[in-house]
Amino acid sequence: MNDSLVAQSAPAEKMDPGGLLTDRTVKMRTRDVHVFYGPKEALKGIDLDIGDREVTALIGPSGCGKSTYLRCLNRMNDYIEGIRVEGRIELDGRDVYDKSLDVVQLRAQIGMVFQKPNPFPKPIYENVAYGPRIHGLAKNRAELDEIVEGSLRKAALWEEVKDRLDQPGTGLSGGQQQRLCIARAIAVNPEVVLMDEPCSALDPIATAKIEELIDELRANYTIVIVTHSMQQAARVSQRTAFFHLGDLVECGETEQIFTTPREQRTQAYITGRFG
Amino acid sequence: MTDIAQIDFRPRAISVVLASDEGQRRIQRRYAAERRFRLYGIGAIGLAIAFLVLMLGTVLSNGMTAFWQTHVRLDITFDKELLDPDGKGDRATLEQADYAALIRAALGREFPDVSGRSDRRDLFELVSGGATFELRRMLLDDPSLLGRTVPVWLTSSDEVDMLIKGVFDRTEPEAARKIKDKQIKWVDALAAKGAVERQFHTTFFTAGDSREPEQAGIWGGFVGSVYTLGLTLLLCLPIGVLAAVYLEEFAPKNRWTDLIEVNINNLAAVPSIVFGLLGLAVFLGFFGLPRSAPLVGGMVLALIVLPTIIIAGRAALKAVPPSIREAALGVGASRQQAVWHHVLPLAMPGVMTGSIIGMAHALGETAPLLMIGMVAFVVDIPTGPTSPATVLPVQVFMWADSPERAFVEKTSAAIIVLLVLLGLMNAAAIYLRKKFERRW
Repeated sequence: MNDSLVAQSAPAEKMDPGGLLTDRTVKMRTRDVHVFYGPKEALKGIDLDIGDREVTALIGPSGCGKSTYLRCLNRMNDYIEGIRVEGRIELDGRDVYDKSLDVVQLRAQIGMVFQKPNPFPKPIYENVAYGPRIHGLAKNRAELDEIVEGSLRKAALWEEVKDRLDQPGTGLSGGQQQRLCIARAIAVNPEVVLMDEPCSALDPIATAKIEELIDELRANYTIVIVTHSMQQAARVSQRTAFFHLGDLVECGETEQIFTTPREQRTQAYITGRFG
Repeated sequence: MTDIAQIDFRPRAISVVLASDEGQRRIQRRYAAERRFRLYGIGAIGLAIAFLVLMLGTVLSNGMTAFWQTHVRLDITFDKELLDPDGKGDRATLEQADYAALIRAALGREFPDVSGRSDRRDLFELVSGGATFELRRMLLDDPSLLGRTVPVWLTSSDEVDMLIKGVFDRTEPEAARKIKDKQIKWVDALAAKGAVERQFHTTFFTAGDSREPEQAGIWGGFVGSVYTLGLTLLLCLPIGVLAAVYLEEFAPKNRWTDLIEVNINNLAAVPSIVFGLLGLAVFLGFFGLPRSAPLVGGMVLALIVLPTIIIAGRAALKAVPPSIREAALGVGASRQQAVWHHVLPLAMPGVMTGSIIGMAHALGETAPLLMIGMVAFVVDIPTGPTSPATVLPVQVFMWADSPERAFVEKTSAAIIVLLVLLGLMNAAAIYLRKKFERRW
């Protein structure tokens, strides 16, 4: 059964995966995105729109290209040796690969949370204050304090750490570290937050807190989340895109994807028959 | 597909094999092999420790005595007639006065029956040639001594010192000895009165080099080493760290950077005397920099230490997890900000450890400094990076080459000082590493 599915991964007639949006504001637009690692094609022409102020979940088996796609959005792939990105990626209609665009500013607009919590080995305060400081968001110490407190509150971490802001961020528990990383990402007030499997290193209770947090952040931020957990995608996202072997197979409203997938491969994956 | 049941593959049961005689023998052999291996290991470590103990033991037993120097007590009369015949009493007169006469007079009072020029000269040789300076300093520090008679401990000559320390054999014929029979008699007479004593030899730590062993000290070499190493650190730390950061974090990975990397590794293995020749040809020959100067020594040593620092620095940078870089880039730091704010501070303990080990290496380096003339006999304490100087290991080298018997213990004593400094530097490296060990 499994063998036959993988073998049929490239169907004869290619149907429209439904990645484009017409009914709402589009924050990021990607057209015909190809990524090559040396001679290997990791993404084979992705057409996908990211809706404004909603959560878009990217799902798919390991190696399907969803993390590669995510990291193209804020050009974190730039420093990988031998990588080549083709196609057009827009933020608010502006090409992010435009030569005149400053990649550092882009990353301030598109924040990122990584798979493994990676706080700086510095005090909690400094972790959150770092971004605002290098971008000059605060005029004085009081403003910086305000940003730090606000970010930690938004990340639902303030109550737990307000008495020990001077202690290293690496001393927190895994779930707290990840919320600290989220606080750090939103401290520069980005428009988009990319999350690369943010809960895969966390226990179920910490995961539940992060998911709750994502749901709250959606009101102010556009969120793209890569996840291996079908339940998580179903719980937190409004739209879901299913990647397989470098292709965008199917995209649509999360409810539709999980109840009435149009593609057989989507159906097989979400019911756990391969992956 | 093949049916698994059809494959005819039936090994003997493992429990049967293990219980058989052959199996038991194999277990015995394995145990014996493990015991042998452990013995070899302990033997190797034992041998290494034995050599270390032997080396340190030799150096310590030879050198410790050099920290104590024989002194002779004489009743010195600061005779106004001799020192200040015109009665002016000013500083210039006292500075130029004949202090040797005071010692001669004191010795004459001590041994009234010694007469004749050569006997008197032999008697005068009991005290060090530097004793006159000791008296002059005493009087200049305290002019009220003028006209009084006080007992003074004067540094003895190196021959007397060697006699008291038991290095010279009294039973040998006089001609085979550096000290004469009558001198031994006088020393014994002084010793019987309690006027001969071994005292802590501060001169060894405060004086520069000298042809007279009892006046020679390591301070000149130490100061030379400090200037040289200071310059080395000043040159190679910034250059080395910048090179390491650029190569590790920014340089594209291509054939050129590969070539550079291979060459840096090769440079670390180039014999140090080659760098000395290079320094001689380029710094002295072409640029005409001063000979025997810590400036050139520091530059040559910097060339030697640079590859070590670059290699250690790159290893330390590589050990910083990429997640730290991603975290910084993710909040919109530029690559340079990511490196300076986060990666380099985390790599700093490793960089410091590598630098200190490299500096310890440079501290013991002798050969390249010989090439650029730092082997000169320098009595003055160097006052700057361009004044003639020598360094501790070269001082060891020069003393080891000196004919006077008393330089043997000075050589070992200088080695002890060098080893203590090396130990301190390595301890600092370990301390830094422990203190700032991985914090992520």
